[in-house]
Amino acid sequence: MNEVVEAKTGQFREVLRRLRRNRAAIAGGIIVLLFVAVALLAPFIVPYPPNEGDLAKRLSPPSREHLLGTDPLGRDLLSRVIYGARISLQIQVVSVAIALVVGTMLGLLGGYYGGAIDHVIMRLMDILLAFPGIFLAISIIAVLGPGLVNLMLAAGIYSVPQFARIVRGSVLSLKEKEFIEAARAVGESDGSILFRYILPNSMAPIIIQTTLRMATVLLTASGLSFLGLGVQPPTAEWGAMLSNARAYLITAPHVATVPGLAIMLVVMGFNLFGDGLRDSLDPRLKD
Amino acid sequence: MPRYILKRILMLLPVLFGVSLVSFSLLHMVPGDPAILLAGEQADEAFINKVRSDYGLDRPLYVQYIHFITHVVRGDFGISIRNREPVIKLLKERFLFTVQLSFLSILIAGFIGLIAGVISSTKQYSLFDHMSMIGALFGISMPIFWLGLLLMLVFSVQLRWFPSGGKGTFLHLILPAIALGAASSAVIARMTRASMLEVIRQDYIRTARANGLKEFVVIYKHALKNAMIPVITVFGLEFGYMLGGAVLTETVFSLPGVGRLMVEGIFQRDYPVVQGSMLLVATTFVLVNLLTDIAYAFFDPRIRYE
Repeated sequence: MNEVVEAKTGQFREVLRRLRRNRAAIAGGIIVLLFVAVALLAPFIVPYPPNEGDLAKRLSPPSREHLLGTDPLGRDLLSRVIYGARISLQIQVVSVAIALVVGTMLGLLGGYYGGAIDHVIMRLMDILLAFPGIFLAISIIAVLGPGLVNLMLAAGIYSVPQFARIVRGSVLSLKEKEFIEAARAVGESDGSILFRYILPNSMAPIIIQTTLRMATVLLTASGLSFLGLGVQPPTAEWGAMLSNARAYLITAPHVATVPGLAIMLVVMGFNLFGDGLRDSLDPRLKD
Repeated sequence: MPRYILKRILMLLPVLFGVSLVSFSLLHMVPGDPAILLAGEQADEAFINKVRSDYGLDRPLYVQYIHFITHVVRGDFGISIRNREPVIKLLKERFLFTVQLSFLSILIAGFIGLIAGVISSTKQYSLFDHMSMIGALFGISMPIFWLGLLLMLVFSVQLRWFPSGGKGTFLHLILPAIALGAASSAVIARMTRASMLEVIRQDYIRTARANGLKEFVVIYKHALKNAMIPVITVFGLEFGYMLGGAVLTETVFSLPGVGRLMVEGIFQRDYPVVQGSMLLVATTFVLVNLLTDIAYAFFDPRIRYE
């Protein structure tokens, strides 16, 4: 047993060593950490309450008083962007968690049992994948209706097929391996084989996918809010803030600049970190 | 080849059936009486009853589905609740516009992506390579709608080179097409670079060089031709995704596309319009993917092994 633990620690150290040498991944990791810190500490670091404005100061450009300026209702943009990080992180975590749990379960079941179960699951995934990109999330919103909870559900369901396919692929290659046959031969139950042997060995692609999906989900969710189908005003959500800024593009371009920059930076952080993780966890995938 | 195509088409049928089922179910999954939803909330009792019997809403679900699908295949998507026009008429205009926009986008994205990818691969780790890969990172990380707003701010509001929105001339399409194509050009550039790097290391390229062929001929005639095979798939997929992503560009630039039509349909509870848009976009996406697969199999005979 100790040997197994040592082997795992060794593996982990090796991954960490590779990750540390990857400058792009470190940059991505720092952006992600900063984003999470800002999101968690939002109530303590905002200079003003995010939903209270002074109409007399509406659309004022960046100044010492309001570092990023104010929005059309005179609310402090910096405070709203900081609170936006909180909403974004919440959406990302809930949506990716939905996709991760549902997708992984479907992938495990389909890959392990094969046959009709696999066929039905994969055809269902094909149907979801028949809706291109954000269009799938929009179609789900068409059924559920707009709002924060429905947005998280839509963005979650939108990402289920990716997890299901990756996990299924991983299970298919693992289930023929000798150690799985050995587990079966000593009478381990299907549940035990799936969760004690197959799932832990499929973690690398799952972790990579989880990180990269955090980026995609943020783009999708902010896109839905921009369209008016997601988070509704006055909540400080980056996509909704951009939608609101459209009418003031000429008079106050700073209102449209800040939330977009925030989305781009966070998406970039998760992309860089995810790519770095992929290179470190599975060097074969590196081009 | 014909067997492969037939097999791919057969595999498509359950997906198309599923898509039609999703679109059909929409009316039954949203809260409320489907007859009232279709007739409109202001409709009187007599009209609601007429809609109920016209659409067969008082009959079993499978009969309703058969009614729905037999009309859809004849191009009858019902009547828009909002403006009482046939949905197919709205879809035709809006869809053609989205296809036009996506087509221009994929042309721009392909042009930029291929050139950047090829040069990056021939000058690996050069300044150009680093710059174009950083550009690609920005391309995939920028929200389409924000890029659209920025382009509008710089090129319409400040420089006044392009109109800031609406439909009309070819110029109206340029900024939206760039915004929509940015992410795809990034994906195409990355894919082309990776694919070229793999091909350039092959023996036959070394042989071509050893035979004294000019570098230009080696790269553009021998390497690019083979490196393009996987890139074709990306082209097809990206074009398909554009049909979906176009909804964001259409909203930023106030363009009359099918994505915008669907979002307006959701806001106005115009369910026949939403159903029609869903069905049309998904079916087109599935067909584009089919064509992409066939093209891939055509260019790379190894694909037909199954």
